Amino acid sequence: MFDIERWQEIFDTIRKNKLRTFLTGLSVASGIFILVILLGFGQGMQNGIAAEFEQDAATSVWVWPGVTTMEHKGLNPGRRIRLTNENYEFASKLLEDDIENQSPRIFVRGVSVNYGKEGLSYGVQGVSSQFQQIENAKITKGRFLNYQDEIGIGKVAVIGNKIAKDVFGDLETPIGAFIEISGIPFKIIGQFKEKEEREEERIYIPITTAQRVFNGGNRVNNLSYTLAPAKDFEETVAQAIQFKENLKGYLQSAHTIAPDDDSALEVWSAMEEAKRYFNLTSSIKLFFWIVGVFTIIAGVVGVSNIMLIVVKERTKEIGIRKALGAKPWSIVGMILHEAIFVTALSGFAGLIFSMGLLEIVGPHIEVDYILNPSVNFTVAISTVFVLIFAGAVAGFFPAWRAASIHTIDALREE
Amino acid sequence: MIEIKDLHKSYKMGSNSLHVLKGINFSVEEGELVAIMGSSGSGKSTLLNILGMLDELDEGSYDLDGVPIKNLNETKAANYRNKFLGFVFQSFNLINYKSAMENVALPLYYQKVGRKERQEKALKYLEQVGLKEWATHLPNELSGGQKQRVAIARAMAAEPKVLLADEPTGALDSKTSYEVMDLIQKINDQGNTILLVTHEPDIADMCKRIVHLKDGVIIEDKKVDQVRAAQYV
Repeated sequence: MFDIERWQEIFDTIRKNKLRTFLTGLSVASGIFILVILLGFGQGMQNGIAAEFEQDAATSVWVWPGVTTMEHKGLNPGRRIRLTNENYEFASKLLEDDIENQSPRIFVRGVSVNYGKEGLSYGVQGVSSQFQQIENAKITKGRFLNYQDEIGIGKVAVIGNKIAKDVFGDLETPIGAFIEISGIPFKIIGQFKEKEEREEERIYIPITTAQRVFNGGNRVNNLSYTLAPAKDFEETVAQAIQFKENLKGYLQSAHTIAPDDDSALEVWSAMEEAKRYFNLTSSIKLFFWIVGVFTIIAGVVGVSNIMLIVVKERTKEIGIRKALGAKPWSIVGMILHEAIFVTALSGFAGLIFSMGLLEIVGPHIEVDYILNPSVNFTVAISTVFVLIFAGAVAGFFPAWRAASIHTIDALREE
Repeated sequence: MIEIKDLHKSYKMGSNSLHVLKGINFSVEEGELVAIMGSSGSGKSTLLNILGMLDELDEGSYDLDGVPIKNLNETKAANYRNKFLGFVFQSFNLINYKSAMENVALPLYYQKVGRKERQEKALKYLEQVGLKEWATHLPNELSGGQKQRVAIARAMAAEPKVLLADEPTGALDSKTSYEVMDLIQKINDQGNTILLVTHEPDIADMCKRIVHLKDGVIIEDKKVDQVRAAQYV
C-alpha cells in the first residue's frame, strides 16, 4: 500500500489511460451522487410533512358531532347530536388535569356581514379567548379576544389577514373599524395570521356574544382542546389517546350514543394523526433507502463491469508483465490498487459534489411537503466505503483470473 | 547452460491428444547462438515456450544454469523468468501506453530496482540498440524494426542468462531483419547465450548452430559458419 514504486506505476497507468479512468470514476461518482440526493430528498420530505403538520397546535383535540347511525337504548338512528354549554363545562371539570387550552366553537349562520355598504361573505365563528392557542393563530395587529370580552358579551371581532387585505386594504389598519353583523356593529380589535389562507377568512367573535345575540341558545358546534405536553412524544400520544377516549366516553353517555357509532361523534386528535404521519414519513424514508441501496447495487454492478472490461483489455499487458517476471499477486495488487484508488477518489468527489449541491440548493427549495433536504454525513461516507469495498471485491475476481491465465495465452490475446 | 533430456509434451484437443514433442535431447553452452528451425507444427515454438517457462513439460528434465526447472508454480516461474530469461517476440509485445524507455525499464521494476537506476539502465540499453533519441516515444511512433530493437533492449535490461527470441524477424522486411540480426549477433559477441526460433534459412545461417525440428523430434543439429548480418546492412 505504501510502496512508492507501486504508486508511481499506478499514476503512470492512470495518466496514460485517462478515458478508462474517467469512465470508471464517473460510474462511481454518479452512483454516490444519486444516492445522496435521494437520501437528501427523503429527509426533505420528512421535514416537509412535519412542517405541514405544525399548522395547528400539535396536541389539539377536536370534537365534531354528527348524526347517529345506530339504534341505542331504544333511540332510533338518524338523530342529530347537538353539543351544549353543559357538555363543554362538564368535560372541562372532568378532564381538568389534562387540558391546557380549551374553547367551544359555534358557527354563526344565516347572518349578513357588512362593512359600510359592502357585503362580506366571510364565516363568523364564536370562540373563547383560548382558541388562538388551539388554532395556532399569530396575532399580527391588535389583540385576540379576552376573558372580559367573553363575560361582557363584547361586540368585538378579530379578523384574518386575508380579510384585512381584501376589505380594509385602503386603511392603514383595520383595528378600530366597525363591521356590521346582522346590522349590529362590531369593533375590530385584532388581526391574525394563519399558515393557510383559507383559515384567514374567518371572523372570530366571543362565544357568549355568538350565543346570546344570534340566538345560539346553549348550543355549541365544536369542542376544541390542547393538551399539556408530556415528557416525550410517545407519552404525549398515549395521553392524547387516553384523553380522547375519556372525552368520547363522557359525550357518548351524555347523548346516549352507541359506543361504536363513529359518525355520531367524531373526536379527532392531532397527536394521533401526527403519529400516523411520522409512521408515513418513516415509510417514505425506508422507500428512499431501498431505492438508494438499489442505486448502490447498480453502481457496484457498473464498477464490476468496468473492472471486467479493464482487465480483459489489459490481458495482453498482463501477459507481457508476467513474461518479464511479474508475479501473479503483484498483477492482482496492481489492478486492485488502481481500482480502489480511482473508486475512492471519484466516490469522494461525488459525495462532495452532491452534499455541496444539497447544501446550496436545499434551503431554497419551496415545494409543499419538501423542506430543507439534507443528508446524514456518516451515512453518506459509509456508502462511499461500501462502494470502494464492492469495487475492490468486484475487481478482485477478474484480476485474479487474468493473473492466473497462462502467460502464452495472455500474450496471444489481442 | 541449458540441458534438456528426453522431453515430451502433448496437448489435449478434446478427446484427442496431440503429441507435439516426442523426446528431445538437447543442450546449449554459454555464449552460443542457436537457431531452432522447422516448418509450422514441428514443435519449435512449444520447445521455446518450455525453455521460457511459459509452458510446462510433461516428461523429461530441464536444467537451466544448473537449476532443475520442474513443478513450477506461477510465482516461482515468474521469479526464474525475471532472473534467468529475456524474451523477444515476433509481435514485439511492447506495452503501448508506455514510452520506449519505460518499456525497457519494466523488467527492472519487477527486479525491485529503484526508479532512478531503472531509468539510467534503460537509457544505457536503448543507446546500445541505437534508439537513445527515441526514449520518450510511444511504441506506435516507432517503426517495426525500431520496436523490435526496443524489445531486445528490454530483454537485455534484466541481464538474463539466456535470450529467447521467437521469430524475432517474422514481422519485418529483409533489410530490417538483417539490422535486427546484426544487433543480435553483436549481443552474442558480448558473450550472451541466445536461442532463436525461425523458419527463414537466411536468418538461421546468421546463427552459429542450427537445430532442425520435424514432427516433434530433432532431425538435424549442426554447427555452421556464421554469416555476418553487417554485410547486408
